[in-house]
Amino acid sequence: MYKSNKKNLIKLTPIEVIDLSVSLGKDLILDKISCSIKNNSITAVIGPNGAGKSIFLQTINGLTNIDYGKITFNKIYNNDEIRNKQAMVFQTPTLLRRNVKSNMDFVSNVKNKNGKLIIKNILKRVGLEGYDDKPARLLSGGEKQRLSLARALFIEPSVLLLDEPTANLDPFSLKLIEEIILEESKKGATIILTTHDMAQAKRLASDIIFFNKGKILEQTDANAFFRNPLTKEAKKYINGEILL
Amino acid sequence: MNILLEAFAKSFELVFTLNEDLFEILLLSLKVSGISLLLSCLIGLPLGTFLAIKSFWGKDAFLVLFNTMMGLPPVVVGLIVYLLVSRSGPFGWLGILYTPTAMIIAQMILITPIIVSLTSQIIEEISQEYKSLFASLVVPSHKAIIAYLFDARYSILTVVLAGFGRAISEVGAVIIVGGNIDHLTRVMTTTIVLETSKGNLSLALALGIILLSIALTTNFILIRLKIRAKRRMYV
Repeated sequence: MYKSNKKNLIKLTPIEVIDLSVSLGKDLILDKISCSIKNNSITAVIGPNGAGKSIFLQTINGLTNIDYGKITFNKIYNNDEIRNKQAMVFQTPTLLRRNVKSNMDFVSNVKNKNGKLIIKNILKRVGLEGYDDKPARLLSGGEKQRLSLARALFIEPSVLLLDEPTANLDPFSLKLIEEIILEESKKGATIILTTHDMAQAKRLASDIIFFNKGKILEQTDANAFFRNPLTKEAKKYINGEILL
Repeated sequence: MNILLEAFAKSFELVFTLNEDLFEILLLSLKVSGISLLLSCLIGLPLGTFLAIKSFWGKDAFLVLFNTMMGLPPVVVGLIVYLLVSRSGPFGWLGILYTPTAMIIAQMILITPIIVSLTSQIIEEISQEYKSLFASLVVPSHKAIIAYLFDARYSILTVVLAGFGRAISEVGAVIIVGGNIDHLTRVMTTTIVLETSKGNLSLALALGIILLSIALTTNFILIRLKIRAKRRMYV
């Protein structure tokens, strides 16, 4: 059984997003959004395609430039030390042109953390035991995403950012990834994930942030959101209607 | 047809009788091309990587310059190196004209732009692919560069062998700065030129076959490696 190391969990929460605006080229992607991510919560970021969910995650991870506003982690601005305690799993995983084991070893090397046994345990945990020598880019979609998650878990992140981690995955991978998300949350990690899967958001999330056209229309706890959404856009989205 | 058969017979004879002159020429060819390739790689790989990952004013001009230099005419390079290292030239005091050193310098000038330009293209592509992941993992730049070069190793090997191909088959520059002096600067290509001019076509062709065999062997190894890498999706 994989054991957590809670000592390594630096407190990065609450994450406060204040009047945040982000542009890509001439397009305004996030338009003066504000929200707060609670400690040890699982926040599902939902909304239609192009609403700005992925950019929101990337901005928290420090991957995009901020035009205006700020993000603080337990009142501290993002810096390399904070980013070293975050881990991001991208919707389309980027895997190194190496085998599975070497992909894990790379993270171990980057983080200056010797962890042969940890790597072995994590690969077992994500269902990739015995895949050490398999070229990473020959894995199936679900396996690639699980390897990407394994890399993130190696970091023992305080904040785990997951961009549609189970989109188009097989049921085995979906179940396994959801179980790991819940386990990480129990260990104390704060998790933010984007998803289009309402059932998944209901199963996992303690909080919901609803995005539409670069703005946050609602932030509330998950039960309240699904029971009684406050905006007509959220009602439409939950009912599976197309938002224009 | 007869001359071809004669040439094949001659080339086998030269190889299997361990002809001393042939091996001397062959070894010098490999030595000159090998050293110039090694030095070009030492300059070209870091420079190509730098051009790929760094943004600075005038970067495009450098890339255009190196791309253009890939097509440098060897005789022009030979002539320039000759002017530089001849007795009346600025580096005449080095006394390296008609020595293997001058040949290595000329070949380096021909190969380095190939290594720089192609390495730059390869590293730019892989660095774009890994950009978000490395930024997210907060990968230090020196570790990122090592990762780019390691993960692009099969493509870079192609570049290195392309450089070797250019060096080993080159004649125009080495004949000008080397002078094709027997037992000193005579290499495979310059010998072929000499034997052809003497009308000794079968010997020239035999040397050509040996030269071609070297090129074929390196390409065969390269293709095998690339196929293996492609199967594993490492390229």
